[in-house]
Order: sequence, then C-alpha cells, then structure tokens
Amino acid sequence: MKALVSVKRVVDYNVRIQVKPDGSGVVTDGVKFSVNPFDEIAMEEAVRLREKGKVTEIVAVTIGGAKCEETLRTALAFGADRAVHVKEEGEVQPLTAAQALAAVFKKEGAQLFLLGKQAIDDDANQTGQMVAALLDLPQATFASKIELDGAKALVTREVDAGLETLEVDLPAVVTTDLRLNEPRYLKLPDIMKAKKKPIEVVSLGDLGVTAAAGLKATKTAAPPKRSKGVMVKTVDELVTALKGKGLI
Amino acid sequence: MSKILIIGQQADGKLSSSIAKVVAAAKLIGGEIEVAVFAKDGSAAAAEAAKLDGVTKVLQIDRAENDHALSAVVAPQVVELAKKGYSHVFAPGTTFGKDLLPRVAAKLGVQQVSDVMAVHGPTSFDRPIYAGNAILTVEAPAAPAVVATIRLASFAAVGSGGSAPVEKVSVDAALPSHTRFVKLEAQKSERPELQSAARVVSGGRALGSSENFKVIYALADKLKAGVGASRAAVDSGYVPNDMQVGQTGKIIAPELYFAIGISGAIQHLAGIKDARTIVAINKDAEAPIFEVADFGLVGDLFQVVPELTSKL
Repeated sequence: MKALVSVKRVVDYNVRIQVKPDGSGVVTDGVKFSVNPFDEIAMEEAVRLREKGKVTEIVAVTIGGAKCEETLRTALAFGADRAVHVKEEGEVQPLTAAQALAAVFKKEGAQLFLLGKQAIDDDANQTGQMVAALLDLPQATFASKIELDGAKALVTREVDAGLETLEVDLPAVVTTDLRLNEPRYLKLPDIMKAKKKPIEVVSLGDLGVTAAAGLKATKTAAPPKRSKGVMVKTVDELVTALKGKGLI
Repeated sequence: MSKILIIGQQADGKLSSSIAKVVAAAKLIGGEIEVAVFAKDGSAAAAEAAKLDGVTKVLQIDRAENDHALSAVVAPQVVELAKKGYSHVFAPGTTFGKDLLPRVAAKLGVQQVSDVMAVHGPTSFDRPIYAGNAILTVEAPAAPAVVATIRLASFAAVGSGGSAPVEKVSVDAALPSHTRFVKLEAQKSERPELQSAARVVSGGRALGSSENFKVIYALADKLKAGVGASRAAVDSGYVPNDMQVGQTGKIIAPELYFAIGISGAIQHLAGIKDARTIVAINKDAEAPIFEVADFGLVGDLFQVVPELTSKL
C-alpha cells in the first residue's frame, strides 16, 4: 500500500515571531525554518506503518519555493522513498494547496494520505479536510491512533468530548495530532542517504491547478502586549492579591 | 442584506454552548441569522437554538445518518443548504466545526476563514496566525459565500430570550457510507477539561519527576482547576502529551493560570496568551515567564506550592 505524506516548510516553533513594522507580514528573513511539527508526526507514522508491514511505499510531497527542497530532504531522511515538489514561489492558500495535493494523490494512486492537522504558520487547519472533500474520500482528522486493517482504517481522533473512533474505507485522508507518536531523531547515515533519493519537480499548472480566489491579507499586527505585573514576596501576599482581584 | 447560516453543533440532541458565541459573531454582521441543526432527532437542540437572541429562524434537518454528526455525512447537506441564498456559513471553532467546515468550503470552491476573532464587516475579519503571535486582517471574497469558523474565546455568548420559528427541512443530498462511527470515549478525568477550564495549573521541567507532579495536582484539586504542563515536562516524560500547553500543544484561555516551575519558552507562552491572569512561581528570578505574569513569586516550588495549597 502506498502512503502519501505532505510536509510544509514553516518558521521553526522556537522562533520568536516578529511582525514587520509596516504591517505587511511577519519577519521571515534570517529566521530558522523547519518541517511543520504536525507533518513530522505524519511522516513518522508513515514510517512506523511501513515497519509494521502495512505500508510498502512512502511518497513525500510539498508545495513551495526552491527552499522547500530541504523540507523534502528531511522527509526522505525520515524514510520516504521518493518525493514530489510542487514548485510555486508565490503564496499558496489551503484550497489551492488541497487541489494540488488531491491531484498528486490521484496521480500516485495512493491509499492513505497523511498530513499534519494544521501548519503552525497560518494555523488554518483546512488542507486535509479539503483534499478529502475534493476527492470525495473519508477523512479522519486529529488522529491519535491509526490502525490499518486491509481496506479499512480504524482511527482514534482527539475531539473536544474525548476520544472518538471512526472506521473509514481506504483510500482515506488522515490528519495527525500531537499524541499520535514522537518523531525519531534523524541519524546521519539516513540524512546522507536522503540526498540521493529522487525528487520529482512539477508545477501547479502541470497538475491542472489554477489558484483559487483566496483571502486578501490587508494587515498583520502584533497581538496586544501583556504588561509585566507585580512581584510578590510571600505566599500570603499572593493569596491576598488573588483574593483582591476576586480570582479565588 | 446578509443571510447567515450557522451550523448548530449538537450531541445527543443537546445544542453545543458554542453556538451562542457563534451567533454573537454573526450579530456583528447583522441580517438574517439561521441555525441549522443536523441530528437524528434535533427537536430539543432546535428549540434551544430558537431561544438564542438574534436568531431569526432554526432549520431542523432530521436524518438517521446524522446521529453522530460525521463530517463526511453532514458536509454534503450543508453544501446543499448553503446554495440557497446564504451570504455566510459559520461554524464554531470546536473540533466539530474545524473538521466539518473546510469540507464544505472546498465543495463550494471558497477559501475558508479559520478562527475569526474579530468582525470588521461582512467580509473583513481578524484571525490569529503563528499561534496568536500575529493577528492577520483578511478580506474574504463575498461570492459564492463567506465560510468561516468562529474562535470561541473571542466572543461572549448571546442571551436566550428569543423565540425564533423552527422549520423542519429535508435536504436532498446523497450521503456516503465510507465513514462509520465506532465509539466515543468521554474524558474520564474528574478534573475540568484543560481547554475549557476556567482555572489551569501547569507544571514544568522544574518538577523533576512524574511523582513530584502531585504538588501540582493537589493545588489544582483545591482550585477545581485543569492540569497542564510545559513541553519540557512532557518531553521529560513526567506527564502525557495531551497535557501539553503551548504552540504545538493546547492553546488555552482560562481566567486564572498558574505557571509553576515553567521558564516561559516562546512555545509555551504562545499557548497562554489569552489567559486573563497569569501567576508564575519559579526559583529563577530571571525566568522569562515573569515578563508576562500578572503576579510573580520567586521561590522553591516544593515549599511555595504546598503552602499555597494549604492557604486556599
């Protein structure tokens, strides 16, 4: 069974986000980029499913500019067999991304599409659901457990009310949540090996996708700043302060 | 004039409390506000929705397949309904809304606006990006409809003194059978759920062990608070992943938050930005957590926390 995993290049989660003074976006020059952490979990899960003999081939895909090759090399070091780079230097919003990913999924004839529940840059949490919609496939979002059983998958999802389990027919789209697994540390030999694995480059046009009308960003602002509060010396002072504010 | 369709999330026939907040966001746009309840028998939930101030009509779509409100099943019905002259389709920013609405948006061919936190006009909204470290103002295309999820922490619930008419509607849509509900395991914890708790107590790396987390639990129990942890505490194996508060964990907005033995890494702060009051307890006076705390106390948590617990 072939699994497709999409990975997005995002500003590393440890970077302190700075909004540009002119409100045109956030500063991305000279900051560290990494694989979206939720996509890393998707990649790890694909590798574990292969280790269990459930998945036979893993294809990684990304959409973005030339620098996204690094992102694919990371996916290849995790264990993807090969990669597809949908090259697009401009902004790609979730619906357009979903159209491109749906086209790749169809072309590859994959049975399982794994991706993070959201990317930590735009926090949209849409792409997986949209791919499923466009292909009329089942979706199981926010997965914390995935069991493949022949032509079906049992997926446990983290929902507000607790843990929901769905049974879906394959092919299906599964988006991954934090609890699913803990991605492994990449070893040097795997990183070296990844350099030799093939990456196919295609354009949105090659996939028959024209960018959908998207949202127009008019302003980016910093959130209201929290001001530094007061330091108390003793527990009694703290209790008095909290009582004074009616908090306890 | 705007005509807004709100997806009336329900479970076991009961309307989700999130809907009163979605209606509040819709009222800022104005016009007609209709709530659609998809259920096996939505009578009770529809009646609750009809009372919400500002709602002009409730649509009750009863179908056996709607029993567990699976997105793959509900989405085609929402899409059919949405084509009937609605200018907006809103859903709550719950896991239900987040799962469902992009499926609707893709079928309608529109780019969704996720997590609306402010409404400037019928097509202009603020939404958080980078875990709330930046706020983006967006203009959404008006046609065919504006599709958006509403961030619940940003809106106060409307009252329930209204009496809108309830209309039973049948929606003609082919429903797939490729997705089947198996079970729902509800949270077993006696403690409040982390994401909706009014008070949260979190512990960090300084706790040192899983065993030592008992001081955190004791304080939380005294405060009837939910319990969270920093990524460092989770990575060290002191507590399970689902307790992680932060950018890659849970983003919370309690009234009162205790950060105990947590230095205040950016990734943690991203998860607590919306907390009303932050209390930090740390032995390192230079810890960045004190920069954002409303009340800070420098001290050994193993002395301070039990003392605090005993004095509450």
